[in-house]
Amino acid sequence: MADLTDLTLAEARDGVRSGTFSATELTQAHIDAVEGARGLNAFITETPERALAMAADSDARVAANDPRPMEGVPIAIKDLFCTDGVRTTAGSHILENFTPPYESSVTQNIWDAGGVLLGKTNLDEFAMGSSNENSFFGPVENPWRAADDGQSRVPGGSSGGSAAAVAANIAPGAIGTDTGGSIRQPAAFTGIVGMKPTYGRCSRWGTVAFASSLDQAGPMTRTVQDAAILLESMAGFDAKDSTSVDIAAPKFEAALTGEVKGLKIGIPDEYRLDGMPSEIEALWTQGAEWLRDAGAEIVPVSLPMTQYALPAYYIVAPAEASSNLARYDGIRYGLREDAEDLTDLYETTRASGFGGEVQRRILIGTYALSAGYYDAYYLKAQKVRTRIAEDFRQAFETVDVLLTPTAPSEAFVAGSKSDDPIAMYLNDVFTVPGSMAGLPGISVPAGNAANGLPLGLQILAKPFDEQTLFRAAHVLEMAAGVTARPTQWWKEAGA
Amino acid sequence: MTGAPTFEGSTGTWEVVIGLEIHAQVTSQSKLFSGAATGFGAEPNTQVSLVDAAMPGMLPVINEYCVEQAVRTGLGLKAQINLRSVFDRKNYFYPDLPQGYQISQFSDPIVGEGTIYLDMPDGSQRAIGIERLHLEQDAGKSLHDQSPTQTYVDLNRSGVALMEIVSKPDLRSAEEAGLYVRKVRTILRYLGTCDGNMDQGSMRCDVNVSVRHPGDELGTRAEVKNINSVRFVHQAIEFETRRQIEEIEGGGTVALETRRFDPKDGVTHPMRSKEEAHDYRYFPDPDLLPLVFTQGFVNTIKDSLPELPDEKKARFESEYGISAANAGVLVAERAKGDFFEALVASASDKSGKPASEIGQDCANILISDLFGILNKQGLSIDQSPIDHRSLAGLQALKLDGTISGRIAKEVFVEMLESGKQAEDIVEEQGLRQVSDTGEIDSIIDKIIADSPKQLAGYKAGKENLFGYFVGQVMKATGGKANPQVVNELLKKKL
Repeated sequence: MADLTDLTLAEARDGVRSGTFSATELTQAHIDAVEGARGLNAFITETPERALAMAADSDARVAANDPRPMEGVPIAIKDLFCTDGVRTTAGSHILENFTPPYESSVTQNIWDAGGVLLGKTNLDEFAMGSSNENSFFGPVENPWRAADDGQSRVPGGSSGGSAAAVAANIAPGAIGTDTGGSIRQPAAFTGIVGMKPTYGRCSRWGTVAFASSLDQAGPMTRTVQDAAILLESMAGFDAKDSTSVDIAAPKFEAALTGEVKGLKIGIPDEYRLDGMPSEIEALWTQGAEWLRDAGAEIVPVSLPMTQYALPAYYIVAPAEASSNLARYDGIRYGLREDAEDLTDLYETTRASGFGGEVQRRILIGTYALSAGYYDAYYLKAQKVRTRIAEDFRQAFETVDVLLTPTAPSEAFVAGSKSDDPIAMYLNDVFTVPGSMAGLPGISVPAGNAANGLPLGLQILAKPFDEQTLFRAAHVLEMAAGVTARPTQWWKEAGA
Repeated sequence: MTGAPTFEGSTGTWEVVIGLEIHAQVTSQSKLFSGAATGFGAEPNTQVSLVDAAMPGMLPVINEYCVEQAVRTGLGLKAQINLRSVFDRKNYFYPDLPQGYQISQFSDPIVGEGTIYLDMPDGSQRAIGIERLHLEQDAGKSLHDQSPTQTYVDLNRSGVALMEIVSKPDLRSAEEAGLYVRKVRTILRYLGTCDGNMDQGSMRCDVNVSVRHPGDELGTRAEVKNINSVRFVHQAIEFETRRQIEEIEGGGTVALETRRFDPKDGVTHPMRSKEEAHDYRYFPDPDLLPLVFTQGFVNTIKDSLPELPDEKKARFESEYGISAANAGVLVAERAKGDFFEALVASASDKSGKPASEIGQDCANILISDLFGILNKQGLSIDQSPIDHRSLAGLQALKLDGTISGRIAKEVFVEMLESGKQAEDIVEEQGLRQVSDTGEIDSIIDKIIADSPKQLAGYKAGKENLFGYFVGQVMKATGGKANPQVVNELLKKKL
């Protein structure tokens, strides 16, 4: 039998369902892979016992001829989703020992669909970062290394652990969260598919909040089909989240027709940045040609507000974060440092509990909301946001989807941007505008840089038109035909 | 506006300008954004949901019933209802504020401007403007008295729905402020949107006080926080008025600051100045969509509103012919008004007299007799030992002349003590009024015969001796003689 960890999520699902292998066998293979890849630091908490218990339940259901849609498929969960009885850290010292007595809606949906909890994956602290170097639990290594220098590369962030786990065949699927690109950018950096649904498609209940108006859970997989399957299990209206949208989740997998004839693909001119690596620009052009060859129509479009998206995002997201993270005060749960008095308790607990990047964003956000600055920053940023959404709305009057690069570079060398937050923030330049408008977006592996590192292209679609998004992404994926996988250097390293 | 009280200081005449913020707990089974219960007096931290404790990833969901209650209150305050309003976060750190922010409404409240009418003691009416009403969450409670070294936190109140009702700075005296608080409480209780129990913390006041020479611009205000009785509202305003006038006349200035009222000595103390004031960093709560409802929703609530005190008072005056002052007393509590109307209906039934004729008499027995007894015994009208039917029985006996007004008072006391019906007491004790002129005639004759001195005096012009003869007749009849008949016959015979 071929290595069960090489299977796609769809193959794993079908194999369990048909009895080709048991959920327990499938799960055990992935548990072994998790243990063999500890060198990547992709997991904060491994849950082998719970995984095997859930797999046994899946096997019983298959035996009873009553399998659920994703029966027995191991899924890695970004450690931002609260899991009942399983430690949930958000990558932070302040929640280092926090075990929630409740299950997030999205993960509950996955378990209800038959998924198996493989473990909780590493991330940038409170999902703030683009390199997964901001985790209290240490950085995640990208499974990919450049052919030329062999140096450690970042997996992107903030869902770096989930991305690395999927790219390294530790999990057939993982879930992440995307606030400004935290699913799509790491997907591009690790050569996998990462999809951010429309804001409101997945419930935010039970997911540790970063920026409430932007946060959205999404699937990370090795194929577009897998992403469609996984999203189908995650999505759905939730009365416990007031921003969850009350429309039924369609059968996303069924949307993959392999057909894009007549589809209008917009190419936004403003995404052509000065100084963008030529191989990324070339890949973008190539992607458009693949889609045109498949029968789609390529249409240049203009999104004039694009250049303001990143600065506006770095007002709105920190502003919300500064308020969302106020609850980590050392009073009720999480870290509490010894203190002289109340003010001292807050200050010492939060100073030692939060890492540098989180503190930076809390300060930025607090400043942006302060009396006398609110209008100039927060209110202005909200106006920009409205204009950005209007840009997209107009573009979508003439096109069905947009095609852009996912990130302005391939995975960079670990530590190379740690001292330059602005350079780090620029990683999100292509993903943030869509986030600000709440649009669904997907990063698809489309090629490799000259040094062998993976590159991704992004497709954006209209709100709640994930079906067209998946359909176009699927065709792009087939046309790109990327087959390169990372060499499994970590196995020797771990041995 | 006339008659605003003023205060004489060394530099001239002062007036006080007062605005009130009333925090009224919404009557509802569950909290504003969570399903947790809201009962008063539960064991600490037994009515706390994951949302109220601000656990990671928890989200607020608006309680529609609380929205309905706020709209109902807005309609009761004759205020503008905003079909679209927004919840904002008010950010500050405190151990009893689990989220690190309070969800409130800042720039777009659910209810806009309205008016409340105060009945002044001189019979005039004052219109007081309502600035706004907004919905917000209550915080928990810090318990500083449970341990010498530690503070405990009870989150039972955390997340409970409050309506903050903000008046315009239209009030001009402690008395007016007291009337205002009582009137708001009456309206809330009529509407059933807040129980108004200040001693249980369901209603609390922040009082903004400033002084100025009449006609001047508004002075700098001090805000006295968290006052939990009408009496303390009075005291706080009186103290602040004196303090501010003395401060200014002593050459100082009033600081824009928040103060705390100490009920022990009736004094206010500074809490924090505006320089140390929090920057609350209000911004729209991204976890909640704007609160939007239709005019139809408002209309449905409007149609279900009970008759409110102002309308009821006007109706009582016209329908029952009672005085404005009495009507005001009767409508102050919905249950009192209901008792009154039931009493009149029942007494009208039994006596066959129209409501408009007997209304005042029914009002009198309630206001001068029953309410006093209830007050003394600390009972509410619902706990009255005499129900409206029994009382109507007494009224009917009085109205049809069976017993006199004086006897009625005695019977009333007897009813309270024995729980017996008026008819039975009158029957058993033979208290029927004597209106038989023959019987009274002979009694009068005997008294005149026995009182030659008094008769002579009366004839000589001492007219006040008439009262002596009336008294003697009443004494002889055990108070049962019909006083009108006695008067008429005496006049003839003397």
